[in-house]
Amino acid sequence: MTDKDGKSMPNEREPGVPSRDAPVTTRPKEPPTRRAFLTGATSLFGAAAAHVLLAPFLGHAANGSGDPTRVPGALATEYGRRSPFERAKRLTKPQRSRTPLQDLHGIVTPSALHFERHHNGVPLIDPAKHRLLVHGLVERPLLFTLAELKRFPSISRLVFIECSGNSGKEWKGPKGKTVQEIHGLTSTSEWTGVRLSTVLSEAGLTPGAAWMLAEGSDAAAMTRSLPLNRVLDEALLCYAQNGEPLRPEQGYPLRLLVPGYEGNTCIKWLRRLKLVASPMMTREETSKYTDLMPDGTARQFTFDMEAKSVITAPSGGQRLKKTGYVEIRGLAWSGRGRVEKVEVSVDGGKNWRTARLQAPVLPKCHTRFCLDWWWDGGKAVLQSRCIDETGYRQPARQDLVEVRGTNSYYHYNAIQSWQIDEAGNVRNG
Amino acid sequence: MDRWERARVRGRSLLLLLFVILAAGPADVWGGSKDALFHLGRVATPEEIQAWDIDVAPDGEGLPAGRGTVEAGERVYAGHCAGCHGGTGVEGPSPKLVGGQGTLASAHPVKTVGSYWPYATTLFDYIYRAMPFVAPQSLTPDQVYAVTAWILFQNGLLDKDVVLDRETLPKVRMPHRTGFVPDPRPDVNRPGS
Repeated sequence: MTDKDGKSMPNEREPGVPSRDAPVTTRPKEPPTRRAFLTGATSLFGAAAAHVLLAPFLGHAANGSGDPTRVPGALATEYGRRSPFERAKRLTKPQRSRTPLQDLHGIVTPSALHFERHHNGVPLIDPAKHRLLVHGLVERPLLFTLAELKRFPSISRLVFIECSGNSGKEWKGPKGKTVQEIHGLTSTSEWTGVRLSTVLSEAGLTPGAAWMLAEGSDAAAMTRSLPLNRVLDEALLCYAQNGEPLRPEQGYPLRLLVPGYEGNTCIKWLRRLKLVASPMMTREETSKYTDLMPDGTARQFTFDMEAKSVITAPSGGQRLKKTGYVEIRGLAWSGRGRVEKVEVSVDGGKNWRTARLQAPVLPKCHTRFCLDWWWDGGKAVLQSRCIDETGYRQPARQDLVEVRGTNSYYHYNAIQSWQIDEAGNVRNG
Repeated sequence: MDRWERARVRGRSLLLLLFVILAAGPADVWGGSKDALFHLGRVATPEEIQAWDIDVAPDGEGLPAGRGTVEAGERVYAGHCAGCHGGTGVEGPSPKLVGGQGTLASAHPVKTVGSYWPYATTLFDYIYRAMPFVAPQSLTPDQVYAVTAWILFQNGLLDKDVVLDRETLPKVRMPHRTGFVPDPRPDVNRPGS
């Protein structure tokens, strides 16, 4: 913005200085009492306290009813909050919450909206007292403080975590209503930590070590066994998420991250790594997180999250209000590597078109896809399918069920269909 | 360019390389230990390890001393477990512990300790670390042996007079022991198929 002389105008107006482009008479007068109170409050309690006290007085700025260019806005804050107009929230049950995929953009899930799953609550852990024990088939059993773990060479990586129970109810047919309810147990964060291999080298593996038991310090003392030859290359011990320390529900102060593996293996509140010769057969890798097949056998240690995609908009529970342009948006991911391609159909799988992939396209990370569509007001069935860098193609529901039946509960990654009717209502189907 | 000139150029390149190496200074300004370790953390004492090392392996390794009978287990179960798992282990609302044998290949499989769990040692490990839900790790090894015995007995997998301890528990044969198979995926839409 420039004035007649081409000089730059200040972005923020001085309180009490009349606006040049508005008649002085229409400018609301500042009540003297308010100014006196502001000065007094600021000197007495400091700016932060004044902000709290004055929140009701900054009426126009807070409720957005007026012209925000004519009233001073809110003061700076120590830890930011989203706009009060934004309402996206997790869908909670006592031991899990689901990410509102329909409300998000890009690939990063805000930490406060990352899905959670825990088996006996979120523990409150003092990071100064937290320790990681590495023992078992090692040359030196070691105990680490969090500060020591943070001193190791660090690595940051954008990675999705998906619960293997995500969309598990869909094995029995279309059940959930919204993309959040059906697919909300997947999220992406930038995770920072130290490589597992670095920490294990410090303890020194002995020749018999082939598996690792990881244990959390929550009330479930969650344990999983992991094959060393498959996790050593990529697993991280993470202390940060999206640039700040982990959220409590994500394992504060320390969690394991095994990129591409089912979420349950990424043990949170990590306190112990025991190197062993063979799997410990814990409850979570026998009675749970195993996949029952039609013949009564059960697949065990099904770690990989296979390629999957879902259209997040338009999606279940939403309504197309007008015919015309719609950007179909969605997320695709694969636990085996990069997303190679996403194809979208608007006629229930008869015709497919390749979607645009938004950069970055990273291995074992949510990838955003988009496709232009002009809705003509008729019925439509929206579908997406992901092809990953291994050549694996996300299966149709029928093909998946044919092989695995409907009782395996975990690892459901079939193509999601959204039915759209003439009124624009979007339903699972 | 004759060969003398080429030699001069090569010589200058070598001199330049030497200069770069010298300018970078001696390698040891960056320190580092000869063994390539970071020397972070400290050696854990046997007591520290013992305090957390509660896991039990399928061969019984890690089972603590102690013993329990079906009869004692019935009392432990009634006092600490029945509230969530039901009077006989089938009522719920928490996961069913008893029954379901022969249902796994049916349309409505019932996965319980008796029908699905491959190892009896897992039952001890899980109860010892995570149950009762409202007071995990509050039961003594004797109590855990006892309630494990009762649940196995209810499933018809233990005689009433067997005393469970670190010797007898790993010997209990679970019906679904051989029912688990390795991951064969990708099993649908395999690359190249």
